[in-house]
Amino acid sequence: MSQVTEYSEKVMDHFMHPRNVGEIENADGVGTVGNAVCGDIMRMYLDIDDEGVIRDAKFKTFGCGAAVATSSMATELVRDRTIAEAMQVTNKAVAEALDGLPKVKIHCSLLAEQAIHAALWDYSQKTGVTIEGLKPPVNDINETKEYYEMEEN
Amino acid sequence: MEKTIYLDNAATTRVKPEVTAAMRPYWEEQYGNPSSAHSFAGHIAGAVETARKTVADFIGASPKEIYFTSGGTESDNWALKGVAFALREKGKHIVTTKIEHHAVLHTCGYLEKLGYDVTYLDVDRSGLVDPAALEAAIRPDTVLISVMFANNEIGTIEPIKELGKIAHDHGVLFHTDAVQAYGHVPIDVNAMNIDLMSVSGHKINAPKGVGFLYVRAGVKIEPLLHGGAQERGKRAGTTNVPGIIGLAKATELAAATLAERAAYETALRDELIAGIEREIPYATLNGDRKNRLPNNVNFSFRFIEGESLLILLDQSGVCASSGSACTSGSLDPSHVLLAIGLPHEIAHGSLRLTLSEETTRADVDTTVGVLKTIVERLRSMSPLYEDFIKKQEASK
Repeated sequence: MSQVTEYSEKVMDHFMHPRNVGEIENADGVGTVGNAVCGDIMRMYLDIDDEGVIRDAKFKTFGCGAAVATSSMATELVRDRTIAEAMQVTNKAVAEALDGLPKVKIHCSLLAEQAIHAALWDYSQKTGVTIEGLKPPVNDINETKEYYEMEEN
Repeated sequence: MEKTIYLDNAATTRVKPEVTAAMRPYWEEQYGNPSSAHSFAGHIAGAVETARKTVADFIGASPKEIYFTSGGTESDNWALKGVAFALREKGKHIVTTKIEHHAVLHTCGYLEKLGYDVTYLDVDRSGLVDPAALEAAIRPDTVLISVMFANNEIGTIEPIKELGKIAHDHGVLFHTDAVQAYGHVPIDVNAMNIDLMSVSGHKINAPKGVGFLYVRAGVKIEPLLHGGAQERGKRAGTTNVPGIIGLAKATELAAATLAERAAYETALRDELIAGIEREIPYATLNGDRKNRLPNNVNFSFRFIEGESLLILLDQSGVCASSGSACTSGSLDPSHVLLAIGLPHEIAHGSLRLTLSEETTRADVDTTVGVLKTIVERLRSMSPLYEDFIKKQEASK
């Protein structure tokens, strides 16, 4: 399977030139999802102001080209958005913004959605702010099988 | 983009111009079917028999022990199923290893479904089979032992002569998948106690779609393909004349240059290994340092994932391959890397670079430089590397 020929131009662009790579020191919310056994780990950092607007988003990712591209796109989609708007950034939205993903890579977009939620969960835990519709992170760094099965259904 | 540096010669090789030239007449002019009775096809059968002698001589076999096939996968399938079916009255136990190519492993899985029993031997950290473990695995109902000559991912060369001797001491047939070894290291089927051996043409500058199975005279084997009487009634199907001529030509060229080519590639291989170990921290060589194919380099780079590495190398003009799950379309990394004991996260960050006689010192230097930059870049964005560095700083 040739990865380069299967990825859209947008995926390749976000992989070759990822946006918002890095860390935010003392971030308001940090979430890590995925695990090394399956080959993908995403960590998302969010800076959220008192109005509940995401002022900055950064990421670090261990994973394939699609994992890097979906992380990059996810940070773009949540920056300068309210928490409620960020909650609307679904895996589908991330995949669509990248002009689609190869079928075997769809789980990467789910991981990106989970990374946003995990970072927001951390923020919510730290500040006591309740976020409507937010559940605790489904998959932790050591827990994934259910997650991949869920994705297949 | 700069020139392409092709370091994926274990996947396939370039067909040499001499090989194409030798094959060409057998498509356009001498296209007769060697099974035909008329004079137009007459001497074509002779050309095929000359080719058979060329490959037989190269491995110390007799021409009548060479059966041309479509390649490595067919040869492996045939050897395992053919012997298992022929000897089913004697026993239904096969011994193989955990690091075989899928052509062997999946065939064994199929035989298990048919009621055969298969023992998969472990290997050590460098990928070597323990002869004592092989001996211990042999049972009264064991009919075949299959151990690859050299591993396609990590390049480890198994102690075939010794393993074959153990098989013979117990009266068991010994098969080896020599797809990666043929034309790269000397092989003598008699001295090495080999009863059946699989070979593929496209790994040694012949075209894809041709190979052979060596079957020692007297070994009972059922055909895999039924039909015409080609290959002495053992392998039906119209003779792939151009392919066979190409395989023989490539064999002849490989035989003529074997020693010098191996020396050249081994020197370059060791330079590449030394360069990576010097320039890139947290990189581990996979496979055996000494018992290793002359053209194989396989490293794991901690904290990064193989597919990302491959794409960035590709963008810099270096063609390589990886044992990462993401490159196989499954969730698990390579079974070979797991069998040598690598944890999943390290197996995901593996890279295979396989050289050829066309690889130059400049290619090796460029590759080390490009690789260093890419590994640094991927680590700078890896949460695993971040955690590792923070842990290190905390412990200071």
